[in-house]
Amino acid sequence: MSTTEFTVEDLKRILREAAGSGDGVSLDGDILDIDFEVLGYDSLALLETGGRIEREYEISLDESAISEAETPRALVEAVNNDLGLAQADPVS
Amino acid sequence: MNGRNSSVVVTGLGIAAPNGLGNRNYWESVREGVSGIGRISHFDPSQYPSRLAGEVKGFVPEEHLTSRIISQTDRMTQLALVGTDCAFADARTQPSEFDEYEMGVVTASSSGGFEFGENELRNLWSQGGQYVSAYQSFAWFYAVNSGQISIRNGMRGPSGVVVSDQAGGLDAIAQARRQIRKGTRMIVSGGIDASLCPWGWTAQLTSRRLSTSSDPNRAYLPFDAEAAGHVPGEGGALVIMEDLASAHERRAPNVYGEISGYAATIDPGAGVESATSLQKAIEQALRNADADPAEIDLVFADAAAVPELDRAEAEALTKVFGVRGVPVTAPKTTTGRLGSGAASLDVATAFLAMRDGVIPPTPNVRIADEYDIDLVSEKRESRAGVRNCLVIARGIGGFNSAMVLRDSNQSSGR
Repeated sequence: MSTTEFTVEDLKRILREAAGSGDGVSLDGDILDIDFEVLGYDSLALLETGGRIEREYEISLDESAISEAETPRALVEAVNNDLGLAQADPVS
Repeated sequence: MNGRNSSVVVTGLGIAAPNGLGNRNYWESVREGVSGIGRISHFDPSQYPSRLAGEVKGFVPEEHLTSRIISQTDRMTQLALVGTDCAFADARTQPSEFDEYEMGVVTASSSGGFEFGENELRNLWSQGGQYVSAYQSFAWFYAVNSGQISIRNGMRGPSGVVVSDQAGGLDAIAQARRQIRKGTRMIVSGGIDASLCPWGWTAQLTSRRLSTSSDPNRAYLPFDAEAAGHVPGEGGALVIMEDLASAHERRAPNVYGEISGYAATIDPGAGVESATSLQKAIEQALRNADADPAEIDLVFADAAAVPELDRAEAEALTKVFGVRGVPVTAPKTTTGRLGSGAASLDVATAFLAMRDGVIPPTPNVRIADEYDIDLVSEKRESRAGVRNCLVIARGIGGFNSAMVLRDSNQSSGR
């Protein structure tokens, strides 16, 4: 089992690689609780992002984990759950 | 008020061509017969029988589009999105000035986003299905340019895509005209195509219509005794179309002219090239425009550069217009054939020719004795003006389309 923690910075990097940026609120600030929709990422962008997280971290995310995560905080938590790091603080 | 026979006009042009990115650059090149054809640089063509193409130069998507858009789009879509921006700028309007349901998008496509698809197929073979982009679901698709233009500009009225190879560039504009006559105020139409990548190239080679010459000045020679196929290219034109009354209402500064007539026919059967069905398309388009052949000042030929097809086109033109009865030009010899972008670019070129009274040439062609058409090999200035143009487009599969364009002075008087 991987022990690497998934942070919001990891998510920002993968979002940029998967779907680019510039169509919504900037990723540079504190985005943990901003809806993906407001950030400019639709369901397809999140599908692509989820696929890249799965490849990089060698996990298999539940499809609903991606579709139900409306904010970066929720998605980071879902990934860490899968990594067995449920209690991790997403910011650190 | 829109209606079945109301005038539908073009009020903005967005051109992306191998010999000029942007309306002014393109027109400066094409009126002087400056070609954009050269050896392919997008990929190494040395292992292919055909190695020349018309590539759009100097297009840097990052200067115009966010990475959010670039990551999900093929090159043809990036060109189309920027072309749409140019067309709106040329029309001196913004989508925000219209209600979102008053605007539509009808584009043509001939192959979809091949380069994007090629990259994802490579990911599939080399790494596996997990590595195929989710955006492959639509980035390759024929309708993607219409969809992305609609999303980016908030245009939610009647929209769609037409797929009929080169004829599509006219068929889309005809469909846009129908929708405007049914009440839509403004439509972005035309075509911008690009598939200059190994996969797209291989697909085009199967047509057996590609020139294998390595001399850019001798490779695409329609109506010439040396005609031996065409050079493909990328690019095209998107146009802003409006109901004339509506364009006047918003005081549109550039009313280039009217889409005054259109018709399409289908060849009789597979492998049969018919001058008759092309002639019918031309005659019906003239009738639809309520124009006599004598009123046409200039014809933009399809110019296949395949002897049998050139023969059919010359025969159809001679039957309608008489022996050398009308100037015929094919500026697409300076861009290559642009798939669905070709005829839309011809429409844009025709409006520029009418605006300036200049007939752009078909450089390098020495017309063969067998063709009784007045092919314009050098630029002509027309003192009397160019008032009505005919654009012809044929698509592989038997599509024949013809469109008549009328200059703006006549449109505004009607």
